[in-house]
Amino acid sequence: MTVVLFFLFAALTIGGALGVVLARNPVHCALFLVLTLVSVAVLFLLQDAQLVAAVQIIVYAGAIVVLFLFVIMLLGVDRPDTLEEPLRFQRPVAFSLGAIVLAEVLFLAGQRWATGAHTARGVGIKGGPFGSNIERVARVLFTTFLWPFQITAALLVIAVVGSVVLARRSGERPEPLPIDGAPAEEDAR
Amino acid sequence: MAVFAGGDPLFDHGIDLTVVVMLIVKTFVVFGLLLVSVLLYIWFMRKVIADMQNRIGPDKAGPFGMLQTLADGVKLFFKERTTPIAADRPVYLLAPFVSALAAFLAFAIVPFGGAVRIGSHATFLQLADPPVGILWLLAMSGLGVYGVMLAGWSSGSKYPLLGSVRASAQVLSYEAAVGLSVVGVLVLTNTLSTRGIVGQQAWHSWDSFVSQWLWLPAIGAFIIFLIAATAETNHPPFDFSEAEEELAGGYHIEYSGIRFAIFYLAEFMNVITMSAIAVTLFLGGPSGPWLTLVAHHGWVNVWIVPVFWFLLKLWAVLYGTVWIRASLPRLRYDLLMNLGWKVLIEAAFLWAMVTGVIVVARDRGWNVYLTAFAAGAAALLVYGFLMACVPRAGELEEIR
Repeated sequence: MTVVLFFLFAALTIGGALGVVLARNPVHCALFLVLTLVSVAVLFLLQDAQLVAAVQIIVYAGAIVVLFLFVIMLLGVDRPDTLEEPLRFQRPVAFSLGAIVLAEVLFLAGQRWATGAHTARGVGIKGGPFGSNIERVARVLFTTFLWPFQITAALLVIAVVGSVVLARRSGERPEPLPIDGAPAEEDAR
Repeated sequence: MAVFAGGDPLFDHGIDLTVVVMLIVKTFVVFGLLLVSVLLYIWFMRKVIADMQNRIGPDKAGPFGMLQTLADGVKLFFKERTTPIAADRPVYLLAPFVSALAAFLAFAIVPFGGAVRIGSHATFLQLADPPVGILWLLAMSGLGVYGVMLAGWSSGSKYPLLGSVRASAQVLSYEAAVGLSVVGVLVLTNTLSTRGIVGQQAWHSWDSFVSQWLWLPAIGAFIIFLIAATAETNHPPFDFSEAEEELAGGYHIEYSGIRFAIFYLAEFMNVITMSAIAVTLFLGGPSGPWLTLVAHHGWVNVWIVPVFWFLLKLWAVLYGTVWIRASLPRLRYDLLMNLGWKVLIEAAFLWAMVTGVIVVARDRGWNVYLTAFAAGAAALLVYGFLMACVPRAGELEEIR
């Protein structure tokens, strides 16, 4: 049954990914991306990685793609795209890079050190000294890897503050919009 | 397949046909429970508000008008289903179901009873007990946003789009506050599983009401959760998604007939789910007194009493939501955003940290009150320092 589920959701993942590339409407692309992300979350579940699956849905499907959709809707680029390419050389470069990545993946798939031994799955999920998968992740994250974890948090805060500073760099404020129906201030005088 | 099972003993002896059938039956029962709750809740809401406004309310269909919602549902079912010409048809048709599906799936983790035994199989009275527990709620409310956004966008006109942008911005903002207020509980319970959380709020004596149930130990988180959950479910006084005098009707204005009814259903399912989660996290879930009083009646003890307590608490919380709906006027939009981002999120952070300090102090055997006081003072000091560093609005003008 695990195998059936794996192939089902692997097919959905790839189908969604193809949809992202091939759909003409950006909003449809974003929806296919959600399909891919949720399918990948199910694949994580099949690997007993419950926390990663939940985080995948909360962060990627629940926040990042929503942000994409906001941008698409508010910038008004939600019209079907034309096939004219602004960069002439884009297509051959993309094809050759894709071929290289495909070759790398195929090469790595044959190597044990990349895919890992298949015996690692499901060890100590029930019971074990530290309880469930999530508890063990938390324990490692807040003891062994506490320093990198905190540094990452600081990095994210710096990024947020930096983007706010960059976006509000100029001191000028936008002109207040005239209220509909009411004459502008100068006319009133 | 321990992956999907979590702690439910139903899966302890592998999965055979009986287990699958039981799962399907459980799904239908939980879905039915939720649907019936929505029907009753809408009637209950109209009746209570009518009482508060000195009216009679629905009283024609069925006893006390209880079947009014059903009649409305049947009417909506047979109304014409229109699709605007400018609509993006596949997305337009998909959106209501995304809303309803996410709302239903979020309810799956709510424990509404204890462990029962059917034939040779033991199981929990709850649809799923995943190890990620409460994170599942956050994931599903994250997916629920798509229903709102897509409905507004795919309708192909201005008002639904404005309504959906506003509603989804609100839901996303308050999701953060809900998640952070839940942290205040998780620090105390040490587990994410909803079953584990109610397990720690088991009833021992009347003292359990204040010492075991988490509403008092996590009172700050409780208050923040109630406010943030009210806002996240677009419930008055935060019902901006359908501010009719500003938006004509909100994100679902172009929907008619049963498609509109599904949005309506999803909205009330969310209210019930959030109330049920409040009961689970803070009010002990299905635990309550008299559990041991009738210990010699085995099945009453297992089947009736916990479900009775759960439903009683659920309807008490739901009465509170109706009371709020009847009493408070709608906020202004900027006040809503200020409340979410500048008050609730910070308060939830502070509460989670102080709770963490108290837990550590208790572990180490320090004086709990002294430690909590010191932690609070330190937090205020840091907050004051940061506030002193940030220029005020007037000073900012001078700098420029």
